[in-house]
Amino acid sequence: MDLCTNFPMFSIILCLMCGVVCSVLKKNMARYVTYGLLTVLVVLSAAVLGYTVSIDGSFIYQMGHFGAPFGNELRAGVLEGVFTVFFSVIMYLSVIAGEKHIYEDVEESKINLYYTLICLMMSSLLALTYTNDVFTAYVFVEINTITAAGLVAVMGNGRAYFSSAKYMIMSLLGSGLLLIGITLLYDVTGHLLLSNIKYAVVTSTIKEYAEPFTIIIALITIGLSIKSALFPFHSWLPDAHTASTISSSAILSSLVLKAYIVLLIKIYYRAIGWETVLETGVNDIVFVFGIMAMIFGSVFAIAQKDVKRMTAYSSVAQIGYIFMGIGIGNAAGVVAAVFHIFAHGATKSMIFTSLGGIKEVSRHSTKLDAIKGAGYRNKVASVAFAVGAFSMVGIPFFPGFVSKINFADAAIDAGGPKMIVILVALAVSTVLNCIYFFRALICLYTPVSDPGGRLTEEVDNTKPTAKYIGAMAFFIVANLFLGTFSDMIIKLITRGLSMFS
Amino acid sequence: MSRVRTDYEKTLWRKIVRFVNGEKDLFDEQSGFNVETEELEDRRHRNFFEEAELNKKKVQIAELIEERSEETEQRAVKLYERFYRLFAVITCVAIIAILLVTVANLPDYGDPDNPANNEVSKKYIEDGIKDTGAVNIVAGMILDYRAFDTLGESHVLFIAAVCVMILLKIDPDSEKGKRFISLENDRAYEPKNDPILVWATGILVPIIIVFGIYVILNGHLSPGGGFSGGAIIGAGLILYLNAFGFKKTERFFTQKTFSVVSVSALLFYSISKTYAFFTGANGIHNIISKGTAGDIISAGLILPLNICVGAVVACTMYSFYGMFRKGGL
Amino acid sequence: MQAVIDYISSNLFEGVAIILFGIGFTTLFLHPNLIKKIMGLNIMDSSVYLFLAAKGFVFGRKAPIVTDGVAEMESYINPIPTGLVLTGIVVSVSVTAVMLALTIRLYWRYHTLEMDEIMQIIRKEGK
Repeated sequence: MDLCTNFPMFSIILCLMCGVVCSVLKKNMARYVTYGLLTVLVVLSAAVLGYTVSIDGSFIYQMGHFGAPFGNELRAGVLEGVFTVFFSVIMYLSVIAGEKHIYEDVEESKINLYYTLICLMMSSLLALTYTNDVFTAYVFVEINTITAAGLVAVMGNGRAYFSSAKYMIMSLLGSGLLLIGITLLYDVTGHLLLSNIKYAVVTSTIKEYAEPFTIIIALITIGLSIKSALFPFHSWLPDAHTASTISSSAILSSLVLKAYIVLLIKIYYRAIGWETVLETGVNDIVFVFGIMAMIFGSVFAIAQKDVKRMTAYSSVAQIGYIFMGIGIGNAAGVVAAVFHIFAHGATKSMIFTSLGGIKEVSRHSTKLDAIKGAGYRNKVASVAFAVGAFSMVGIPFFPGFVSKINFADAAIDAGGPKMIVILVALAVSTVLNCIYFFRALICLYTPVSDPGGRLTEEVDNTKPTAKYIGAMAFFIVANLFLGTFSDMIIKLITRGLSMFS
Repeated sequence: MSRVRTDYEKTLWRKIVRFVNGEKDLFDEQSGFNVETEELEDRRHRNFFEEAELNKKKVQIAELIEERSEETEQRAVKLYERFYRLFAVITCVAIIAILLVTVANLPDYGDPDNPANNEVSKKYIEDGIKDTGAVNIVAGMILDYRAFDTLGESHVLFIAAVCVMILLKIDPDSEKGKRFISLENDRAYEPKNDPILVWATGILVPIIIVFGIYVILNGHLSPGGGFSGGAIIGAGLILYLNAFGFKKTERFFTQKTFSVVSVSALLFYSISKTYAFFTGANGIHNIISKGTAGDIISAGLILPLNICVGAVVACTMYSFYGMFRKGGL
Repeated sequence: MQAVIDYISSNLFEGVAIILFGIGFTTLFLHPNLIKKIMGLNIMDSSVYLFLAAKGFVFGRKAPIVTDGVAEMESYINPIPTGLVLTGIVVSVSVTAVMLALTIRLYWRYHTLEMDEIMQIIRKEGK
């Protein structure tokens, strides 16, 4: 057996151990440990990706001395490799770009606990991607929920507590539905491992329980979509994103929400079977809510006066895109949805971190009238925001454009009434995106006359740090890379998805 | 007339009713139990939460209530409440109806031919003792066959402790914390040295803790294990704390104890499980012997892991209580 | 009528668990009071554990602890749901602790436990 196959297990346990150790370290040591951990994770994940590409297949890692169906398992294929590399890189960049804000926003003695939560959050993201067992997935979903609530509440003001509580409540509703779904799934199949569940579904065992099975798929889907803030359940998202420190906002919108979607796709493909999902028609419900999220998220975003809140509502719309892609019901749709996970993840974390830089030079506010002229005060952050806005609107050479093209392709593949609905929704959503992102961009680059010189005084002592500039530059490069080399990524995704079944 | 009414409001029953109804007096009214300490607690409360801010809030709340009493607002609230009731009933009935129909189509209750009673549970029961050395098959299952779940689960507890610390811990070096420490006397929160409580605790706590240790050590032989035993020990510690106060418990349990115990237990857990996963996946022989089934020293790693889990759970339970009470250990 | 009696006699535990789940879910979702939300959460989780325990039961078999040296599947119930319940309980304890800590914080800050009142206060402060 190759050494590379051990890396998924090593990376998850390393995260857990670093998290535990960080809780007793001083704040700077905890930071170094976290950076070291994230560096190691990028390397390990890249190694797993390279290994799976080189053997052109996936491998199952047996956790313990007992193979399937008795013990736990991890599974890694090309898609898992791409996801973990993406998760570690985005986490790394978000934490580095927000470092200064973490030190400002979080209480002095709790900074090491913040890094503890980051490490443990990373472990849950990796475990959700690699796991091959529904109950392990449930345990790590809960880890993800609690750490995310902690990352919001760490700000230590009333608004943060309130949004954290709101997030917890919505999330726990989702967990409850997911848990009872998993319980029923275990009851009708008798297994907890994804591959064994699929075997039970494919063979005759499941036939007499066809009715409960539809309910099970619906329960798991609703549970996970509540957790990833699909449209009617999105109300916690803008609050949580606005109230938290910028690293937390970036992590929440680009990683936490995505991990649940990854798990959902994994359960669809590896446990239930994509054909079975299509037979039950659950994907049509997902499709309808996805379309509604695309439109309503953008409409709500237009009504906002705070750019951070506006970006959060834009996340609601983009989550709608992803669910819409899953709901189309053909392979191309899922590929487009997975690509949009990457595109939105890279872009949205960049927008949130750039807003951190803009906030510094705009009297610590992200209101539209406060950020006027910030484009001349903090050039790096504003350029990053502009790149993000172009990507979200869908200008060529940026990742958002590629995913929109892919969605349209998938729609044309699907044909019928769905095609018309998708194309209209894409057009409307693009126009709405244009309205609010360009409004923010215009505000950003409106020169302000500054008679009292008050602004310039504030600007002088808030130069962006070298780390911030580096992280933003890396973000921009990553986005341009996703936009221009999208063919390669899409090839990897298609290959990974074909390994799933 | 009004006097009678205030007395009525202060009775224990009313307090319980109001607590159950979730009205606003959960914390403020507690001091009513002890008139002597009421002022002290009030002072401490105010100092800690910044008097000015508090007053501002109070004014705002008063304003809010005033505004609410306006007629239009009232009507909106009533409408909302009616809508809420209706919506709640509809949701509840819909969920229950859908799931009840689903349940009727599930495998029968208690039927040995159900899909869940398959080769997996057969293997766990028939080869459990040979594979894991544990007589308690559930312990063998959660700590050996499906150990990864349990590894995640003990970290969930740790994360919860960290989150509670983030939310409630008071930093003794910060401004707020200093003022809090200077008032210090946390016995204000506690009952006076109640002879019944002290005597009963003196007798009960040793028994409870010994019982907890028994449950942990016999986790692989009888019902119980790390989680249940740890919870018992944690309850014993909390009882001790309630009878004797933080001064006494701080002699043997501080923030440092919590960190050292839980961090070393969790690290040992992770490392030993890494060894088990690594040897298992790569087909290396596990050198840890299983011992004779039924002995106290048997079942390989299960006994040490149960002790680790028990330590983590006991510390976490106690730390939850300490954080809730005074924002520190 | 006969159908109802059959239903109750064959699905008593699952039915009760589902009813509790509905009650807990609705309380957690819609009740404005935070403490009651936490109660709802615990009812919801416990109902799932009841459901799991009922699903693991088999008539005429005992708890899976081998005391007399007989390790045969015919004499013990399914151990897996029991293990899952153990894991689930710990998770719900942790979540409850975090929710309670949040509730204490919110109470200290806003002097109320009603989510809708807190929301109104925040809205007022934001102006």
